Amino acid sequence: MPANRFNGFTDYGAGIGLRIPHYRHILERKPTVEWFEIISENYMIDGGRPLTILDRILEQYRVVQHGVSMYFGSAEPLNRDHLRRLKALVRRTGTPWLSDHLCWGSVDGRYTHDLLPMPYTFEAASLTAEKIRQVQDFVEVPVVVENVSSYAEFHMSEMTEWEFLNEVVEQADCGILLDVNNIYVSSQNHEFDPFTYVNAVPAERVAQIHIAGHSKYEKYILDTHDHPVIDPVWALYARAIERCGRTATLLEWDDKIPSFEEVHAEALKATRYLPAPEYSFLPASERMAAEAVR
Amino acid sequence: MSQLLEFQRRLSSAVMQPLSRGDRMRRSARNQASMEREAEALVKPNSRLSSLERLEIYNQQYWFRILSCFAEDFPGLRAVVGRARFERLMRAYLAECPSRSFTLRNLGAQLEAWLRRNPEWIRAAERLALDMVRLEWAHIEAFDSACEPALTPAELERGLAGGRLNLQPYIRLLELRYAVDDLLIEVHNREHSEDTSSNAAQDRLTRSRVRSYAKPLPGAVYLAVHRSDDSVYYKRLEPVAYQILEAIGAGRSLREALDALLAHNEGRGTDMISSVQQWFANWAELGWFCRPEPLLLARTSRYA
Repeated sequence: MPANRFNGFTDYGAGIGLRIPHYRHILERKPTVEWFEIISENYMIDGGRPLTILDRILEQYRVVQHGVSMYFGSAEPLNRDHLRRLKALVRRTGTPWLSDHLCWGSVDGRYTHDLLPMPYTFEAASLTAEKIRQVQDFVEVPVVVENVSSYAEFHMSEMTEWEFLNEVVEQADCGILLDVNNIYVSSQNHEFDPFTYVNAVPAERVAQIHIAGHSKYEKYILDTHDHPVIDPVWALYARAIERCGRTATLLEWDDKIPSFEEVHAEALKATRYLPAPEYSFLPASERMAAEAVR
Repeated sequence: MSQLLEFQRRLSSAVMQPLSRGDRMRRSARNQASMEREAEALVKPNSRLSSLERLEIYNQQYWFRILSCFAEDFPGLRAVVGRARFERLMRAYLAECPSRSFTLRNLGAQLEAWLRRNPEWIRAAERLALDMVRLEWAHIEAFDSACEPALTPAELERGLAGGRLNLQPYIRLLELRYAVDDLLIEVHNREHSEDTSSNAAQDRLTRSRVRSYAKPLPGAVYLAVHRSDDSVYYKRLEPVAYQILEAIGAGRSLREALDALLAHNEGRGTDMISSVQQWFANWAELGWFCRPEPLLLARTSRYA
């Protein structure tokens, strides 16, 4: 969405993930990039090179934090050490919002380090929303939750994934990081129409969008972040932008990472769909008219 | 117990269950319960995959991910014990010591203690393997531990006069029986790292390449694993220098550390004082000293 309370009243365009193979290129050539997304956990440390690099990046670029292990949906309480380190990093980066996944991954203190899908139950929605609220209160920046890709559905689910997402964000009063690639992957694995999902999301809560590539296997699709974005995912993205307006968009490319230029060029394809910032406050029909005049 | 907690315990137990020899999901759990029945109880099938096959994706992803991270953290141990034994060793370790941290960085935190309890995994080269594990863990800790402001020359002079100093939190002192530092440098020159937020780990295991390395000769090595300009270095120390740093790291006063050394090196007082002065000048230049803290924990590591 354009500037709103879920994205810290910012108006970011297309960004890319900050990844180790690109450090040298970025620091030496200082390319123009709207913003970088970092994996929070890689910088929740006490010292050393990652923080030095991050501080140099922060001197010249806007950075948004994305987490992978808060596990809002785990039944166990939040990890206080994790929260303290996360808050310290939030203060360091000045991230306007903070994202992590709508998933679980730990139980009884044991971590799977995976983004495991939730059973879509009302009990799980309430517990997850309560934990999101606790994190938001503690870190004092807007928290947004990302839909994960999944390879399994559970018998105990009482609703669809998008109904669960809506239930959680309403109860938590938080924003959404809408990953349209994840929606596509899950739709293929679970045989639903991905547009039904995109159309069901409360557009006013979408703070950020993820796009990415994936890998197709014989019987399922795996969310590998190691390919360019495919056309059906761009189509979902176009629909999401149509509904949400100009929204901070991040290309994820985490494996078999090509050159910085290639990754950045792929991310900039999103600008074909993104309205210019100055018209973003207008409804879709008026925005298109304004763009045509321009 | 909530339904959610019960569900998560059952599913994580299945996901974290060790894979079979062919990296497939085992057909029965440790308690001999049928995994097929457990999968059917938890997971819906679809038109292409059975419940077990869908659960297996997560089981494989879990193991591929943590094995890949562990192998990336301990390439030196792999070079010492060989690829086949390393594969079995890490699966046994991770099955017994699953991650208890939000960060994969701490995956190997229990490895040295586990190997001491289970020496059969490194029987052919026990001391060498333990030295390597201690060095690799020290490297991980030196890489991202805190760095306090180094003492200025004036502060250092006052610290020396007052008798107390503090070592930088990132410094690890190791007393080794093999020159594993040389071997690990050779191994590291062929490694790389990366970060990711995908939940896929399908093909990461296939990337590692294992080469053969010459086994280091036995011989005592005293090492400071430290950091300079954000790179980790291994600095060899004279045994006496090691003892001084170890004493400082343990919170002993400078006078206590030096008196004990001089007592054990009678007749070498003048030579010793000259060496000690040179060492301190070098350590100060490297920024190894910072202000003392009230509660100082020893950060040394000696072989048992």
